[in-house]
Amino acid sequence: MSPHLIVLPVVLPLIAGVLLLRTRHGSPRTKRWLGVGATLALVVVSALLVDRASSGEIAYYALGDWQPPFGIVLVLDRLSALMVLLTSVLALGCVIFACGGDDEQGSNFHGLFQLQLMGINGAFLTGDLFNLFVFFEVLLLASYALLLHGGGKSRTQAAVHYVVLNLAGSSLFLIAVGTLYGATGTLNMADMAARIAELPAERSGLVTAGALLLLVVFGLKAAILPLYFWLPRAYAAAPAPVAALFAIMTKVGIYAILRVYSLVFGEQAGSLAALQQPWVWWLSLATLAVATLGVLAARDLRLLVAYLVLVSVGTLLAGLGMGSVEATGSLLYYLVHSTLVTGGLFLLAEMIGLQRGKAGTRIVRGRPLTQGGALSMLFMAGAVAVAGLPPLSGAIGKALLLDAASAEQQPWLWPLLLASGLGAIIALSRAGSTLFWRSQKGESDGEPLPRQQWVGVTLLLATSPLLVALAGPVSDYTRAAAEQLANPDAMVRTLLSDAGDAS
Amino acid sequence: MESLYAITTGVLSACGLYLILRGRTFPVVVGLTLLSYAVNLFLFSMGGLTTDGATIIDGKTTYADPLPQALVLTAIVIGFAMTAFAVILAMRARGDMGNDHVDGGRGRDEREENRR
Repeated sequence: MSPHLIVLPVVLPLIAGVLLLRTRHGSPRTKRWLGVGATLALVVVSALLVDRASSGEIAYYALGDWQPPFGIVLVLDRLSALMVLLTSVLALGCVIFACGGDDEQGSNFHGLFQLQLMGINGAFLTGDLFNLFVFFEVLLLASYALLLHGGGKSRTQAAVHYVVLNLAGSSLFLIAVGTLYGATGTLNMADMAARIAELPAERSGLVTAGALLLLVVFGLKAAILPLYFWLPRAYAAAPAPVAALFAIMTKVGIYAILRVYSLVFGEQAGSLAALQQPWVWWLSLATLAVATLGVLAARDLRLLVAYLVLVSVGTLLAGLGMGSVEATGSLLYYLVHSTLVTGGLFLLAEMIGLQRGKAGTRIVRGRPLTQGGALSMLFMAGAVAVAGLPPLSGAIGKALLLDAASAEQQPWLWPLLLASGLGAIIALSRAGSTLFWRSQKGESDGEPLPRQQWVGVTLLLATSPLLVALAGPVSDYTRAAAEQLANPDAMVRTLLSDAGDAS
Repeated sequence: MESLYAITTGVLSACGLYLILRGRTFPVVVGLTLLSYAVNLFLFSMGGLTTDGATIIDGKTTYADPLPQALVLTAIVIGFAMTAFAVILAMRARGDMGNDHVDGGRGRDEREENRR
């Protein structure tokens, strides 16, 4: 297999994005084919990467052949391969959906979309703390423009908050990176892990400060409790395919927490090991509780789905806070499920809104839907999956997480997680019955929805039964990924042939 | 020199933070700019401050750490682009919402509207 495969998830969207920006005045047809084609190619590449990583091999790609710790590296292990595959599958659904007409509401949709994919994939693959910052900026810049795609008052207002908050977050990120570099003298994460093991005691305060600042930054991206207030509004205001792609953006924050704290602040860090644990655990439970209230209070279908994203963030962070291999394995399974299903629900909410005319996505009585039968079936499937009812994938993910909790964690996690599921069931059944059953007055005059939108939504929601059918292999893989994360030595050894004698 | 440097960075970030918390978009943008200056200064100093160091290693024992310089360059470029974007966004928000409050609040601007 070509050694250059690892860099393709970054280079492919970059080339496609540049080509698309060059042909921005071209016919929509060309742009759509190019966008869908590039995303399809990305799915193939990332499937090959998962195949390669599933053997447990840790591979790295040194850009310009500058060997680590000096050069910039992209690292492929089970976790990063999984995340890249997840991104590309989600993106495929979104981009097909966007071809149904959303992409022509503003300019440059497909180009920006590809650049955002480049940033996300880069953030998942990089093995360097500063490069993580650069890829965060790439994905944020593209997301700022995508959030404003199509324009409108609510989008502008949501974008002002989103942009200002993330710019402040970027400043914090740089301060944290600077502090860690000042204390350890390296930015390569594997090298930093090796050096922290031999850190002089007087510098541990500095490293702690840097590490917890990083947690604030990643928490802002992941939307943990005191830092989540930007999320519901931004996600509810964004155009549907963009909101669906944003479902992976909170997971970028979760991935970054998982990666940095398992690798750099793993067991070898001594007194600094797992210093994020108590913070993440308690804040995640609070996030879960608040998000459940948000789900129950939402009066708009898109806002409801945005709070469901927040519920999934709380659940995933609780898995992180448990800090065991089983918990990490099950949280990765839940992550795949929740990203794809909430993405699909965002798309579905848009389709329902399009057929209801003035009422839009607000949960009020309105005109009956033209294609209500098919839409309600999809809504039912998505609701069952996201609330965590059997037989769909949410139930398996939640059961794995509940099972992974240790005896002293169970009294906190079980009631909160189960209550959040109950809250989701109540809110979704209330929304569904208003949208589909109580909206019978008047004539339906909505246009039939374009075929691309059906394909995009079905693609994303169909992954839920697929995840059930393949639950065995998928959970084996995520479990193996968690074990690989719990043993950062292997990665340190692969990246630094002379690990241990860092000076 | 260290204390002067530290005080400058601290004052810049304090001013930046204060301005970011203001209610109108113009001070917020200025605050973001000040904060990014502070961050750039901070990054610049993270390799340790040395005077009389060689820029390129030529056998001397004291030399300037080249990495922070590369990083600060990247951070400056990104910071400029982001400031430009934030300014345009603030103008767009002013146009779309009819006032320059960060949360689009109405009512508080009546006096200003009357003056025009």
